[in-house]
Amino acid sequence: MITEAIIAALLVIGAFFTLVGSIGLIKLDNCMSRLHGPTKASTLGVGALLLASVVYSFNTADGSVHEILVMAFLFVTAPISGNFIAKVNMHSLRGKQALPPPPDDHVWGTYSEK
Amino acid sequence: MILMALNFAFVAVALSQLLAMLRLVKGPSTGDRILALDTMVINAIALIILLGMRLGTQVYFESALIIAMLGFVSTVAIARFVLRGDIIE
Repeated sequence: MITEAIIAALLVIGAFFTLVGSIGLIKLDNCMSRLHGPTKASTLGVGALLLASVVYSFNTADGSVHEILVMAFLFVTAPISGNFIAKVNMHSLRGKQALPPPPDDHVWGTYSEK
Repeated sequence: MILMALNFAFVAVALSQLLAMLRLVKGPSTGDRILALDTMVINAIALIILLGMRLGTQVYFESALIIAMLGFVSTVAIARFVLRGDIIE
């Protein structure tokens, strides 16, 4: 009974935060602040749903913890993809001309001519 | 109780998938579209996990893992293509 309550609570928490993440994605008004919304969906949302799945498998069958693998992978990769999307936003927000000139014999990393 | 929570979670995650798709259509910048695709991949993982719980099988876990890996790689690939005009230099 208590286990079922825990599973239901984790499911509701995960679904709620997933929804909050997407509402933030649609409602926030600037592209850098829109990065903030889906982080809730990828950490709290999917994390709680995967925990619910782990507890559910222990409740019904033998139990397995390999959903933790998906969670760990998402937690590791979310900052990296967030960093890349922020770089894309920086490129679209300010052009090459807005930057100060780089030192001699150097170029700005992502603006360089190849 | 679990069934009710599962149904609520299905509806909420599907709704958030629709909202992310709306952002993907609206844009306006490329970064927003990449972010919306990333969010849709994450919501798809959540939907697959919920489907696995609903049907009571463990086979859907592997597809969730594969979609997580493909989603990360494709997000980085699109972002790199927008940044450098090339994916692997």
